[in-house]
This record gives sequence, C-alpha cells and structure tokens, in this order.
Amino acid sequence: MARAAERLVKALTWGCATLSLFGLGLITLFLFREAIPFFRHISPFSFLGGTAWYPTQEPPSFGILPMLAGSGLVTAGALALAVPFGVAVALFVGEVLPRGLRDPFKVAVEILAGIPSVVYGFFGLVVLGPWLQGRLGLPTGQTALTASLLLGVMALPTVASVAEDAVSAVPDSLREASLALGATHWQTMWRVVVPAARSGMFAGVFLGMGRAIGETMTVLMVSGNSPVWPPSLLSPVRTLTATIALEMAEAPVGGLHYRALFAVGAILFLFTLLLNVVGDLVAQHVGGKR
Amino acid sequence: MVRTAAALGVVLVLGLAGLAGEELTLKGSTTVLPIAQLAAEVFAELHPELAVSVQGGGSGTGIAALIDGTCDIADVSRPMKPSEWKRAVDRGVYPFHWLVALDGIAIVVHPSNPIRQLTLDQIRDIYTGEIINWKELGGPDLRIVPVSRDTASGTYEVFNEIVLRKEEPSAQGILYQSSNAAVAETVARTPGAIGYVGLGFLNPAIKALAVGEGGTYLLPSEEDVIAGTYPIARPLFMITDGFPQGVVREFILFVLSDEGQKLVKEAGYVPVRRVN
Repeated sequence: MARAAERLVKALTWGCATLSLFGLGLITLFLFREAIPFFRHISPFSFLGGTAWYPTQEPPSFGILPMLAGSGLVTAGALALAVPFGVAVALFVGEVLPRGLRDPFKVAVEILAGIPSVVYGFFGLVVLGPWLQGRLGLPTGQTALTASLLLGVMALPTVASVAEDAVSAVPDSLREASLALGATHWQTMWRVVVPAARSGMFAGVFLGMGRAIGETMTVLMVSGNSPVWPPSLLSPVRTLTATIALEMAEAPVGGLHYRALFAVGAILFLFTLLLNVVGDLVAQHVGGKR
Repeated sequence: MVRTAAALGVVLVLGLAGLAGEELTLKGSTTVLPIAQLAAEVFAELHPELAVSVQGGGSGTGIAALIDGTCDIADVSRPMKPSEWKRAVDRGVYPFHWLVALDGIAIVVHPSNPIRQLTLDQIRDIYTGEIINWKELGGPDLRIVPVSRDTASGTYEVFNEIVLRKEEPSAQGILYQSSNAAVAETVARTPGAIGYVGLGFLNPAIKALAVGEGGTYLLPSEEDVIAGTYPIARPLFMITDGFPQGVVREFILFVLSDEGQKLVKEAGYVPVRRVN
C-alpha cells in the first residue's frame, strides 16, 4: 500500500518534470524554427551589429545593436540599485532584526514582487518620469534612467529574498565561533556570514538580472522605446523585449519583420540561457571555495 | 485609459454565448476597435441569440486570424499587403475589403506651445532630424521631442506615407508609443513634444495644429476628412472572407447603415458619408 502510493508520487513528479522539459523543448524548437529563416535574408553580422532599425521601411533595416545596448544599459542600471539594496535588506533581515520580526519584514519585501508590472509602468509614466524631467531639466522623462530605477525596485525583492535565504542558511555555529573569538557583530556579519552566503547571494543577483532583462511592460511604458545609438542614461532607449511587444501585433505573420522579431526573441533566449549557466557556474565556483 | 485597456486585447464577449451556438468574431486593429465594440454592442441587442466577440491585437493579427479561420471579420487600419494577399489566396481565403469609416490623423503639440500651424514638409523635417528646436519654426527655444506610434502600426504607416513620404524617421530620440492614447498622454506631459493621433483621440490636454500643403492650412475636421481636403487621412476597413453570408453580412450591412455610421461618429471617427 505504502509502496504503491510512493510509486504513484514518483511517477507524478517524474511526469511533471518531463512535461516541463518537454514544454521548454517545444518552445525552443518553435522559437528557432521561426527565427532561423530570417538569417537566410539578413546576415547575423548586420543583424547584431547594425545600428538602424526600420523594419517597415522600404528597404527595411534590421540592426539590433541599439536594442542590445538599451537592454544592457537598463539592466545594468537596475542592478546598480537592486544589488546593494537587496544585499543590505538581506543582511538586515537575517542578521539585525530580532527573530520575531524577520518573517513579517520579509513578507513585506516580497509583496513588492507581487505588484503588477503595468502598475510600476503607470507610476513611472505619470509620476517618476515627469518628476525626473523637471528635476534634471530633460526634454522628456521617458529615459533609460526612469526604466532602470523602476526595474531596480522590481528586481529588489528577488535579490533580497534569495540573498536572505542564503544568509539564514549560514549555520549558527559559524556565527557563535566568530563571536566567541572576540569578533564584533559587524565583523561577524561582514567577514563570516557574507562570505559563507556568497554563492546564494550570487544566485540572487543573477535571478534579479534575469528579471530585469526579461521585464517588458514597465520598460515599454517608461523608456521611450527609441532605438538610438549610442544610448545614454538620460535619453530614451529601446530594449529587446519592448521591441517584440511593440511590433509583434502588427507584423504580418510569416513575413521578414515577423521573423526578425522571433530572431530578437532567440537572442533573448540565448542571453537568459547564458545568464543561467554562468550564474550556476559562478555560484558553484564561489560556493566550492568556501 | 478606457481605450488603452481595450487595446490590451481584452476579449469582450457580448450576448449569451452558446445558447443558440451562433457566433460572430471580430479581430484586428486597435484603431477600429472602438467602432467594432460599439457596433457589436448594439448589434447583439438586436440579435440576442448571437454571441459576438470583439478582440484587438492589431491589423496584422486580425488578417492572420481571418486567414486561419479564427475570426469572421478582420478590422484593419490599412489595406492588406501583397504578402498577406498571397498567403490568403494560397489558403483559399478571398479577402473582401469593406470601407466602414475614415480617420483623420491630427498633428498635436503641448497646449503651451505657441505654434499654430505647420506644413507637411516642416513636420517631415522634424521627424527626420532636420529641425530639432522649436525656435527654428518661430517658437520658443525648446528642444523638439518627436513622438510616434511604433513603426509597425497602421497609424504609423499612414503617417510615414503621407507626411514622411516613406523616408526613415531618423531624428534622434523619437519616442515610440504602443497606442494612440499613449501618444496623447506623452504629448500632454512633454512641453517640447509633437505627435500624431487619430481624430478620435483628440482631447483638451493636447493641441491640434493646422496642417498646410500648398499654402492652405486646415485644422483636422470631419468635413475636411470626408471632402478629402485634409491631407492626413486614411480609410478604415473590415475584411471578410469572400462576399459574406448570414450574420456576417448582416453585421457589415448594419455598420454601413445610417445607424452604424452614427456609431462610427460616436466612437470618434469620421463616417464614410454625411449622417445626421
């Protein structure tokens, strides 16, 4: 009886795992099947290195360098905000707050992750953007900076939550040993807990990065979507995700523009894959050294 | 915002679905969406047994759905492209364009901008980066922020053809917005902005400019769009597979009737003929 139940559960979990792999496989297959024909018409070199994106002009130009740079810039800006604050929040919750307050505080931070991205976007469009425009004397508030600030806040819970898990997972024996040797609370935190939790913190950073690169709605609403080269923090930029969201609805199915958008999707896919692999390697490497 | 919400592809199902089993599905351009929704609402009242579903998604999406047989009527703000015709005919679908409304595209600026009129050439120079400051046009010393619909939209295509004469909008830092409402919103919040929206999206927070071609300047108005004198105007179509039968034909005839054309006006567009 017990063994039958065990077998059933085993089969179920096995089935679920296989199904998600199968789904991923299908997504990859379709993505590349739609994207690859594009490169029969346009060389990957002019696709990745071109600075002009006029997909509906005659003749069209398909250069995604401005979007690659835009995605990179916005993501870097978001991480510059989310990583220090996320790690600080994790340490505060895990090391400073009394135990009774930790869970409520952590839940509060995680609620940030539950706010729909369109709400962030709307806030950026009507409040943050115009405020930055007035403060910095810009021609428009729809800039890479606006998008970075919002994405930073959106990625913060991811970074903080994963980093805090890593901090709590550090065994108390390490802290006690450190304190017993005469180290202060601060020294213990900085020299013992942070190094011990490093791999988990890196995992949080990479997850936050994935969140920032993949976010679409918010950047679409606040970044101005201008494929400019070279990009700057105070000018409008366009990201890879926003390009797909903006243009997919109107691109004739099966046409070159449609395939170009799938190619952009494939590039994003490869990026995220690379990010995950590198994240895993870094986390393992850093963790292994400890 | 209502339009934005609608444009996000919310599926609106009217009537009692599944009772009689008869369905009518419209899909396509977000520009035509307000007309389709209003018409579907009134039409469903006249035909309570019918389930009418109206979806946005864009002209391209609507045409693809018509070809795949997942909608009965494709709403489009541009005629079909040769590649789409070919795809349709290859699949045995024979598209039939019905002119259901006209739309004028208004050139708009921030209400604080003293400029009242521009020629088509001046507007083109702004979007191609030849003119970058309002003082070059007799306005204040203020950097121009051009705002555009995304380059895949039907509204952009019309603007590109009539105003830009198919040139690339190569000005630095053009803001691309995903809907007419977002263009209006951005222009209303940016003192240096210039943008373009369908007539139905004009509101007191933005100022329409008189547009000049060959010496005469015209503010966008219904009369001038119907008369063909306002230079930036376009037709809006509903496309069916072949000459329609049954409820699809009834629906098209309803949209083209005086009552339907009044709804076109109510949605903020220009009827194909004068109706009172």
